[in-house]
Amino acid sequence: MKLEYDLVIIGGGPAGLAVALEARRNTVKDILLLERDKYLGGILPQCIHNGFGVQYFKEELTGPEYAGRFITKLKDCQINVKKETMVINITSDKRIIAINRDDGLLHIQSKAVVLAMGCRERTREAIAVPGSRPAGIFTAGTAQRYINIEGYMPGREVVVLGSGDIGMIMARRMTLEGARVKAVLEIMPFSTGLIRNKVQCLDDFNIPLKFNHTITRIEGGKRVEKVTVAQVDKNLQAIPGTEEEISCDTVLLSVGLIPENELTSEAGIKLDPVTRGPIVNENRETEIEGIFACGNVLHVHDLADFVTEEGEIVGRAVGEYLKGNRKFRSQPIKIFPGDNIAYVVPQHIDFIVPGRKKIKLFMRVKKPEERVKINLIDDKGRVLTAYKKRIVTPGEMVSVFLPEVLLDDKLKNITISIKRD
Amino acid sequence: MEQNKIICISCPIGCRMTIQSKDGKITSIIGNACPKGIKYAEEEFINPLRILTTTVKVIGGELPLVSVKTEKSIPKRLLLKAMVEIAKIEVKAPVKIGQVIKDYLLGTGVSLVATRNIKRVDSNLFS
Ligand code: SF4
Repeated sequence: MKLEYDLVIIGGGPAGLAVALEARRNTVKDILLLERDKYLGGILPQCIHNGFGVQYFKEELTGPEYAGRFITKLKDCQINVKKETMVINITSDKRIIAINRDDGLLHIQSKAVVLAMGCRERTREAIAVPGSRPAGIFTAGTAQRYINIEGYMPGREVVVLGSGDIGMIMARRMTLEGARVKAVLEIMPFSTGLIRNKVQCLDDFNIPLKFNHTITRIEGGKRVEKVTVAQVDKNLQAIPGTEEEISCDTVLLSVGLIPENELTSEAGIKLDPVTRGPIVNENRETEIEGIFACGNVLHVHDLADFVTEEGEIVGRAVGEYLKGNRKFRSQPIKIFPGDNIAYVVPQHIDFIVPGRKKIKLFMRVKKPEERVKINLIDDKGRVLTAYKKRIVTPGEMVSVFLPEVLLDDKLKNITISIKRD
Repeated sequence: MEQNKIICISCPIGCRMTIQSKDGKITSIIGNACPKGIKYAEEEFINPLRILTTTVKVIGGELPLVSVKTEKSIPKRLLLKAMVEIAKIEVKAPVKIGQVIKDYLLGTGVSLVATRNIKRVDSNLFS
């Protein structure tokens, strides 16, 4: 087997697929895509619900259909794919160690590497719910895989913790399959998912969503028997006297996603403490030249369409990198999150690109706010440009354009802040 | 006079609207911040439609299930009924994406189509 490549992509989900196709369109020749599962598409094949592709294809598709479009194209342009192949190490000089049943241990050398490993779900351990340890506690995504791919029903009477999109989608899915979803609990005073999912997954089936509520205890012998739920105060602490017991045999957790960056850290790449993904420039290139990252391994996205868009940025960037005709700014511009901004990606801007008009910045807010201005502020506190938004919420990623004309040579920092309009 | 509460999902603002109606006819809609809300509220009030996505059992496939969807949206009130109907269906592998699994679901004129490819294998992956 060939062991030297121009580009190795780690992960065959929507991010990795988009990188492969776009890199090929940008004349990158030898591409290898490594996927640890039996199938390409990442999490998409189990996301059987509708709502994918509205931005990218301008039509509404299910997860498997959305993935299918890219997988078909990939076959057409003959990109090398190795499935059921697990990457176990990446070095800073872009050597990759991977294993699979056919080839055994593989030592691969690449000129460019793209990290597209995605994310995984936070578990009960990560949020430390007290109580006993019976069967019947699942992350929402695991339950989704059981029901939609493997054909098992995880339980009959369900309480969902967390109003993230996967939690709400699974509340509907389990209801359709005959389970009774007794409540969805959200510790925050607002939903962390899309409104569309609140309406079509919960309201459509009269599933109660309780804000400012959490599970304080899970009880059961072999199987979950009941949970204790309580209202929480401003500091997210349970308020004594508000406890209530709900009998159930299943608890689904939808309490957040964490980018899967063990390989990234082992390569010595620094992570952003907020995104938990690598710190990147506008090409989504990490601190190590030629190692890029995109998709949920970089920061958790709410739409697969945005992941595809980011993958395409990287596909083009890899093309430029391999051609070797990039021009660095005399100093990078660092981008900092200000008032009510949790994070901004990219974290810095490194290149001078002739003909570039604007750079799209992606960010997530900390709390919902209405009628706001998003201000882009320079080192001296001057507002470079501002964008009005009717509403911002943590459930929906916000993006703004940074016009190239504002980037003069002396500019060192930009802070993005949200202000009441 | 009847009152219905509807949340507009046409944009992230999610206006909470109140629809007043008499004998099934809308008399007023309030709470929308833009005209899109009216259109949405009218559709939701008169005939709420949804795409149903679920799975169907596959015989002799590399996976035990294939994901499916209704090709067009169907009335919201038929969702659970459709699930009962779909639970009875079995399909033989191979299944092709876009393949019609069932015509005229519940007499709606809408067909159920596969949303993924399932190859045929001799033994089931998960057995
Ligand atoms: S009524 Fe207009 S502003 Fe309100 S949620 Fe609908 S589309 Fe948005």
